[in-house]
Amino acid sequence: MSQTVTLTIDGAKIEGQPGQMILGAAQEAGIYIPRLCHKDGLTPHGSCRVCTVMVNGRPMSACTTPITEGMVVENDTEQISSLRRDLIDMLFVEGNHFCMFCERSGNCELQALAYRFGITAPKYPYMFPDRDVDATHPDIMIDRHRCILCGRCVRSSQEVDGKNVFQFVGRGEEKRVAVNAEAALADTNVDVTDAAIEACPVGAIIKKRVGYVVPIGKRLYDHKPIGSEIEADGAVTAK
Amino acid sequence: MSEALVTAVKDICQAHECDRTRMMDVVQAVNDKYGYVSSEAMDLIAEQLSTHRVEVESVVSFYAFLSSKPKGKVVIRLCNDVIDRLQGADRVGQAFVEELGINFGETTPDGQLTLETTPCIGQSDQAPAVAINDVIIPNVSSDKAREIVRELRQHMDPARLVKQHGDGNNAHPLVGSMVHNNIRKRGDLLFTPINRGEAVRKALAMSPVEVIRAVKTARLRGRGGAGFPAGMKWEFTRGAPGDRKFVLCNADEGEPGTFKDRVLLTELPDRVFAGITIAGYAIGAEEGIVYLRSEYRYLIAFLESVLEQRRKDGLLGRNILGKEGFNFDIRIQMGAGAYICGEETALISSCEGLRGDPKNRPPFPAQKGYLDCPSVVNNVETLCCVTKILELGPASFNEFGSDRSSGTKLLSISGDCKQPGVYEMPLGVTLREVLEQCGGADAAAVQVGGASGQMVGPKDYDRKICFDDLATGGALMVFGPDRNILKVAHAFMEFFVEESCGYCTPCRVGNRLLMDRLEKIMAGLAEPADLDYLKELGQTVKTCSRCGLGQTSPNPILTTLENFRPVYEAMVKEETQGFQATFDLAQAVAEAEKIAGRTSVHAHA
Ligand SMILES: Cc1cc2nc3c(=O)[nH]c(=O)nc-3n(C[C@H](O)[C@H](O)[C@H](O)COP(=O)(O)O)c2cc1C
Ligand code: SF4
Ligand code: FES
Ligand code: FES
Repeated sequence: MSQTVTLTIDGAKIEGQPGQMILGAAQEAGIYIPRLCHKDGLTPHGSCRVCTVMVNGRPMSACTTPITEGMVVENDTEQISSLRRDLIDMLFVEGNHFCMFCERSGNCELQALAYRFGITAPKYPYMFPDRDVDATHPDIMIDRHRCILCGRCVRSSQEVDGKNVFQFVGRGEEKRVAVNAEAALADTNVDVTDAAIEACPVGAIIKKRVGYVVPIGKRLYDHKPIGSEIEADGAVTAK
Repeated sequence: MSEALVTAVKDICQAHECDRTRMMDVVQAVNDKYGYVSSEAMDLIAEQLSTHRVEVESVVSFYAFLSSKPKGKVVIRLCNDVIDRLQGADRVGQAFVEELGINFGETTPDGQLTLETTPCIGQSDQAPAVAINDVIIPNVSSDKAREIVRELRQHMDPARLVKQHGDGNNAHPLVGSMVHNNIRKRGDLLFTPINRGEAVRKALAMSPVEVIRAVKTARLRGRGGAGFPAGMKWEFTRGAPGDRKFVLCNADEGEPGTFKDRVLLTELPDRVFAGITIAGYAIGAEEGIVYLRSEYRYLIAFLESVLEQRRKDGLLGRNILGKEGFNFDIRIQMGAGAYICGEETALISSCEGLRGDPKNRPPFPAQKGYLDCPSVVNNVETLCCVTKILELGPASFNEFGSDRSSGTKLLSISGDCKQPGVYEMPLGVTLREVLEQCGGADAAAVQVGGASGQMVGPKDYDRKICFDDLATGGALMVFGPDRNILKVAHAFMEFFVEESCGYCTPCRVGNRLLMDRLEKIMAGLAEPADLDYLKELGQTVKTCSRCGLGQTSPNPILTTLENFRPVYEAMVKEETQGFQATFDLAQAVAEAEKIAGRTSVHAHA
């Protein structure tokens, strides 16, 4: 017997499985809830807050909140879009994102989200932090200037690769991704084929010698906004 | 790698059965022994606890009282809370700097003494206060600061700095502290004599469900700030599936301006431990943990001795008071300097030997708490109330307080008033009555509920302190007419920027943005639009943050904007003739000038 849970998202009735999170249930129904720290298959993290939705009128992260019967979810409203814009803005100004010459440009989830939300320039002042670059590994590079602390590398390494290459250290503004070695990435058991390397949504963990190989026009988000692949699949579409 | 280090770390790990979840105790023991946790030590700990080195580093780097770099044998931590600052902490700090010949954050060249600042250490009623290793020296002056340094240079023994003891159990041989209780008003419930064992005996005569009912009948609501009904929380935890359950007593007391739990732990530890035991009986737990903030470590030997006595008296251990099958014991988990660990799910993370990151909710601790087992987290004072409810009976407890808020509340009062200290007041008392009692009637502003609370002015003094009106975990910080409200709000924002765990975007980034913009206003460089910016940004941080820290951290700004708007308005100017007052050309080119090694004519015109 397969039970289902019924809920509404922006008025549209959808069904999901018990235990499913709002984000996942929406996705299966063809509704895109913007996200950054979430990656399908990994334990939900709930850190970027870009997936914030209103659940029965209260703000919750859609990636960590399980669906319940009769739940009323708001996703695509002006109020929520404005909050999401603020969060995306914060991630931009917190780091050093020079998209115009970044190797990840066009394939970057942060950049793509900014486009989806019509952000051309952040409204908050840039912080221009001074962060470390780790280019010690022959095939992989970490540029922490672009790191958004989503923890996708941390979880992928643990949960998919069965390793523990990355972990957060420091607190608050000092928080950063560290590697499991005294010095640097080259001293870890990371491999260029690790899922953790693919997991980075931005240009913070990149493979060497493959930058810019995909020409402009052929990159992931060159033609369609991020999320449209989900919206294209499903039965219901967000308004 | 030295043999001695290998042996020492192994011993420490083995003393904790190489249990990874006891990482906090392990790293603290190593930190105590060496003054820091070195890179080699991290490798050794990881090996012993069967984890990864980066996991150890992750924990060590989270807590302010743990260090991965060498520190002096003695660490002087000056409390830089706003109340301490108003009472001269800056001058005291200057005296330390001069006498030591180093700045804050530095260690003397001989490697002996380190000077740091630290947020509220729970002694705002005797500010400025300084923590020297585990020794608290309250009411320090600049002269005293100089004396302390000179003396330490001679013997390097913080314990010998204690010249006379405070009142009550502060003078107990196992405490031996200069701290004063400053109990200014004893109400009818908490600060009353105890009959040890009475409450536990009465509870054990009832069924667990009856105990929960009694707590519900008494309408006890949490005293830690959120005011959640205690009986309901217990019922959820009791009903949650699981063989192993836990009671966690929140003695992190990190909210700036709060110190009442310190006094309860000093004077009424039996009432606290009885409350934990009763909670354990009610929910079906066998283990209780007191999460004690590091700043109160001077109490630990004493608290351990009280626990030991309770074991001897049959109030803890197996078959408590002869009740067949009721086994319960309590251990103390030390924190290591992180305000966020007072948040219940962060507290659980920390007890599990992890970084003090809050957890995603749901699931709530009642379903999945410590070690994924159903757990109750209650504040020290809440648990004292539980004991009192059992002593008196729920109906009598209910007679105190107001309609919807039963009982009394301990208030930690500090700042510009004649008698700072702890007051036990019936819930429902007006702020005005409280101010009159503490000698703060001419207050221009009162911060209710600590840094995360709200700043109110005279028009709100007739409001009631209770769960439905001015709700508070108990901190009242009083500010006289000469105080600069913006400076106060700024000090609170600095605190939140420092104490955010950094997990979620709005809190990690947003609090910094708020503080920066407030600074711009304070510097007279802002426009009226900046006030709207603060309001909108503050709202985003509150709405989107993951835990209670970020959900309340903009309050100092938002409530001062609301209640003291003229103070802000006086600092902002409309832009004129298309010139942005906010743009400081001289400052903008300063760095370039420095690099170029010359000055720009235009910028200084
Ligand atoms: C950032 C933050 C810090 C907190 N600090 C404390 C604290 O030091 N002591 C405390 O009892 N509760 C604190 N709380 C509240 C706890 O999360 C929790 O609600 C409380 O311990 C529950 O106990 P109670 O119901 O008995 O009040 C804090 C909450 C937040 C969000
Ligand atoms: S609001 Fe977010 S960053 Fe702030 S303390 Fe809570 S989880 Fe950490
Ligand atoms: S995707 Fe949900 S918080 Fe990041
Ligand atoms: S384009 Fe987004 S990080 Fe480089």
